[in-house]
Amino acid sequence: MRRLAAVKTWSLLSVTALAGLGALVSGKAGDRTLLVPGATSDGHHQIELACDACHSPFGGSAALDASCTRCHGAELAAADDTHPRRIFTDPRNAMRLAQLDARRCVSCHREHWPEGTREMGVTVAEDQCAFCHDDIGHERASHAGLDAASCTDTGCHKYHDNRSTYEEFLVSHAGEPPLLARAAPAPSVPRAPTPGRTPLTAANADAPDSVELESSELSDWAESAHAAGGVNCSGCHAPEGRWSNAVSVDACGRCHTGERAGWVSGKHGMRVGLGLSPMRPASAREPMQAAASEAELGCNSCHGSHRFDRRAAAVESCLGCHADTHSLAYEASPHARALRAELDGQAPVGSGVSCATCHLPRVTHATGQRTVEHNQNANLRPSEKMLRSVCLDCHGLAFAIDSLADAASIQNNFASPPAQHVPSIDWALAHAGRSPSIPGAEHEPPSTTRSSSTPPL
Amino acid sequence: MLLPTALALASLVACKSASSSPAGGVSPQQLADAVHAVLESDRAVYTREVVNRLQNELGVIKASEHWKEDKALPLPAQMFRMGADLTAQKEAGVHYALLSQWPISRQNLPRTDVEKGGLAFVVENPTQNYYGSERLGDTNYFTAVYPDKAIAPACVQCHNQHASSPRHDFALGDVMGGVVIRLAQ
Repeated sequence: MRRLAAVKTWSLLSVTALAGLGALVSGKAGDRTLLVPGATSDGHHQIELACDACHSPFGGSAALDASCTRCHGAELAAADDTHPRRIFTDPRNAMRLAQLDARRCVSCHREHWPEGTREMGVTVAEDQCAFCHDDIGHERASHAGLDAASCTDTGCHKYHDNRSTYEEFLVSHAGEPPLLARAAPAPSVPRAPTPGRTPLTAANADAPDSVELESSELSDWAESAHAAGGVNCSGCHAPEGRWSNAVSVDACGRCHTGERAGWVSGKHGMRVGLGLSPMRPASAREPMQAAASEAELGCNSCHGSHRFDRRAAAVESCLGCHADTHSLAYEASPHARALRAELDGQAPVGSGVSCATCHLPRVTHATGQRTVEHNQNANLRPSEKMLRSVCLDCHGLAFAIDSLADAASIQNNFASPPAQHVPSIDWALAHAGRSPSIPGAEHEPPSTTRSSSTPPL
Repeated sequence: MLLPTALALASLVACKSASSSPAGGVSPQQLADAVHAVLESDRAVYTREVVNRLQNELGVIKASEHWKEDKALPLPAQMFRMGADLTAQKEAGVHYALLSQWPISRQNLPRTDVEKGGLAFVVENPTQNYYGSERLGDTNYFTAVYPDKAIAPACVQCHNQHASSPRHDFALGDVMGGVVIRLAQ
């Protein structure tokens, strides 16, 4: 009888514990922080409490890989991923899988392992390239004796995205000067007006009488692109008929679909994209301005409301939160000087460089329309992604690579020229049977950054 | 192409001999030969009717190794590899590759014993194919190697001039490498 009672008690406790765990995992009860087995990587820490973003369905590396692909698959496809899964399902590579099962994302990007996680969430050894490419010295004399840990140095090779560093690309940009004669930016094709809408004036504003307007709100709106495009107060404040003073990201996204999609994919909006509360600077791992620490990020955080000042959104909004060394050095940087010169009318339109120029770049679509990439992370890691989308608009490739490879130069927001030289272009030229003629090589380049037991050429 | 491949693969379960036909089915060798016939034909059509016609005869568009960058046509060998990649993604039990003893990319060197033996054989015997079996990882494969000859001046020209090519004396008609087809068993 006593034994039966004990069994009943254990059964009840077990069921209760399982139900509690289930409720925690599903997010229906309590704080999931207790469930996090270890700190997540910089890329995922904001969403680590949205367990099912990665663990759905729960269990197994295949399920995790599917989750990785859900968020990162399109980006990898666009990058012409150099090491897609299909390479490692090839029977020819079966023997290599024993060393590293590269069919799985999680073989190289293990989460909840802070002590073993490197930049970009990589959790394999720095010299992992040698597993398959240890004979590269036979193919490229310039690479003989190189430390395999240096393969992924800035300006060299990346595991997934090599669009800016493959040999022919390097060769085609050889000899470019540090500063290119920048062409005027292509005129943007305005967003097509919604059929049936006509430009509005302050007299047309349809805010209910019960809404108290601040003096500037009406005039700001009346001068905005929204009024010009026929978007009335209710278009943002009552998109489904019920008025709300606050305008949600989803309300903006009803028209700005692409911008919203980019924003929820980046660090500013990924929490909102997964149904979590908005990101606050206080939760960031990078240094932020104390005064902004409790602000909740939404479209208005950067764009304000009613006036939608894109110029402010390109610099002031960024610096209102970001307080890392690179951001704090912006105002004294050559990029900022160029922007001030442009705004003062002393330099051509489009010659200035704001924070957004590099981190939220304009993208020209096949239709000619130019939109802003609102995923601030889209070209940030690895930094070579920025070469094509931004740097090469103004700078020669060699100078741009050298700059991105110079940590001190990045810290001071490129206030000083790069103090080192990455020999990628030199080596590509030598392999193609051409003489290096890049400015850095001609004018006594600084010491190379590559560790090699043989001369670079 | 994949439907008959899948049907034939199903018939391989009871197949004991590579070249003899099981009752009501096809042998691995027959299947590999059939797959090769399709691949070879598709590649010839693409080379002749797309690349050669549009680039050389009409001058409408060029073919380029960096076809995306150059907004050009993929080279026939690249088209072949893209098909191989897509087939590999389907994980349907058939893999094929274009390998060579003198590849532009060292990743396309023969790696397994069957690949090494097969490529050496077809170079020495340009009119014959090579068949073998091998165990890679935890799977057995029937592997066939077919000679891949320089059928157009462009093949020879590109390989002889390419900075990454280890051989620069190919002539028209030479065996430049081999098509390797693998069937999971």
